[in-house]
Amino acid sequence: MIDTWSPSAKPKILHARAKLLALLREFFAERSVLEVDPPLLAKTSVTDPYIESVKAQMGGESSYLQTSPEFFMKRMLASGLGDIYCLAKAFRDAEQGARHNPEFTLLEWYRVGWDEFKLIQEIETLIATVFNKFHQSAINIERLSYHDCFAQALQLNPHSASLESLQTMAVSQGYANWSNETRANCLDLLFSEIIEPKLPSGLVTVYDYPACQSALAQTYTDKNGRQVSRRFEVFLNCVELANGYFELTDAQQQRQRFTADINCRSQANKPVMEIDAKLDQAMQAGLPSSSGVALGVDRLLMQLCGLNSIEEVLAFPWSRC
Amino acid sequence: MGNYSTNEFRSGLKVMLDGDPCSILDNEFVKPGKGQAFNRVKLRNLKTGRVLEKTFKSGESIEAADVMDADMQYLYEDGDFWYFMEPNTFEQHQATETAVGDARLWLSEQDVCVVTLYNGSPLSVTPPNHVELEIVETDPGLRGDTAQGGNKPAKLVTGATVKVPLFLNEGEVVKVDTRTGEYQGRVKD
Repeated sequence: MIDTWSPSAKPKILHARAKLLALLREFFAERSVLEVDPPLLAKTSVTDPYIESVKAQMGGESSYLQTSPEFFMKRMLASGLGDIYCLAKAFRDAEQGARHNPEFTLLEWYRVGWDEFKLIQEIETLIATVFNKFHQSAINIERLSYHDCFAQALQLNPHSASLESLQTMAVSQGYANWSNETRANCLDLLFSEIIEPKLPSGLVTVYDYPACQSALAQTYTDKNGRQVSRRFEVFLNCVELANGYFELTDAQQQRQRFTADINCRSQANKPVMEIDAKLDQAMQAGLPSSSGVALGVDRLLMQLCGLNSIEEVLAFPWSRC
Repeated sequence: MGNYSTNEFRSGLKVMLDGDPCSILDNEFVKPGKGQAFNRVKLRNLKTGRVLEKTFKSGESIEAADVMDADMQYLYEDGDFWYFMEPNTFEQHQATETAVGDARLWLSEQDVCVVTLYNGSPLSVTPPNHVELEIVETDPGLRGDTAQGGNKPAKLVTGATVKVPLFLNEGEVVKVDTRTGEYQGRVKD
C-alpha cells in the first residue's frame, strides 16, 4: 500500500521547483516586468466551450476559481499598468491525467506594444535561459507555421480545406467518431494525434493558428485572402507548454466571440457562463496593443527534470488532496 | 448492463467494443489547451486477447460488458469441454478449448483457477500462478551436477514442456510459474 499523506514529488524535485520559480521571477525582474497577483476567486469566469471552471460558494453567491489570470490582467493592462506577469495557481474542472491536474501553476505575462513574434522571441530566451541553468547546455529552437505542420504531415491546408475533407481525414486516420465534428475539433484531433507527437524535439513554436481557433487573438488576412489567427502555441519536446496571442483589443468583436462561445455551450448543454462585464468595460475603455502568453509551469518542470507524469512534480496532486 | 462514461474509465474496467467484451488496460486523458478533451484508451479484446487502441471524445459513454472473474475448482475434461465448479454453490461450468487456451497445459484436477465469465459462460481461464507437477519425460539426470547451470526440456504430466536443471529425473515433482512457464524449484516430498 502506497501512503498518500506524503508529497508525491521527491524532495529533489521540490527543490528544482523552488529553483525554477526563483529563476522565472529573476528573469522578469531583470526586464522590469511587474509581478501582479490577481484574485483566484471571482464572480464570473471564462465562456470557453471546452474549459470548465470550478464552482465555489461565497456568502451564498455562486463564484468561480479562475482558469487563468487573463481577464484580471487585461483589466490591469487597460488601466495603464504596463508590462505585467503573474506566477500563480489556476484551476480547471475535471482536467486530470498524466499532463493535467485540476489545480496547476501558470505563468502568464503581457508585453505592451509588442507583436506575437517579439513575444515568441522572449519565450525562447526564457526557456533557453532556464534550460541552461538546469542542464548547462543549449536547447534546439524552431518555429513552424500551423499551415506547414499540416502540409508536411497530412498534405492538407488547414485554412482552406473544407469541413468535409477534415472529417474524412479524421475518419481515414482511424477516428470514426469524428465524422460529424466541427472544424476546430477535427483540426485539434489531427494536430494532437498526428502532428504533435512528430514535432521536432526541443522548443517549437507553432504560429498562425486557423481563424476558427482564434479565442482572444486578433485575426488577419493572409496573402491568399484567408483569415488567419495571430495565435501561437509553444511545445517543449512534443508537449504543449504555452498558448499566446497578439491580443484582440476590439471590445465589440470580443463580445461577439464570447456570445458565440455561450451559444456553443448552450447547444452542448454545458453550464451557462456569462460575459465578464468588467472585462467588457475595460476593453471599451481601451486595451493597449499587446501580446500575452500563458505557460504551464508544472509541465516545464516535468520537461526540465525528464519526468512523464505531472504527479511527479506536484507535492500534492489532486489524488492526494 | 449500464454504460460507462470516459470519466469512469480506469484499468480493469470491462466494456463492450464492436460487439466484443474488452478490458481497459490504459486510459490517457488528452486535452489541447483550448480544445475538446479526449481519451486515448488501450484495451484488450477478451475473446481474441488482442490489444487495440481507440480514442473517445471525453463525455462519450460505452456499454459495460457483463464480465466477471470467479474462483473455481477445475474438475476434469472429457475431450470436448473442461469442467469447473464454483466452490460455494457447486454450480458447474463447461469451458471450450478456446476459452481454456494455454491454461490446459497447467491444470490438475482440484486446482483453483480464475474463470472469467462473459454473459455467464467461461470466456477465459487463468491457472494458479504456481503449480506443482510431476515430470513424465526427460533425459536421465546427471548426478553431482546440482550446482552448475545448464538445463534440459522436461515434459510434465499435464502436457507442458519446461526447461529444468540437468540433475532432475522422471517422477520428480517441480514447481513452475504459469505466467512465464519457468521452472521455480524441485518439490521434495
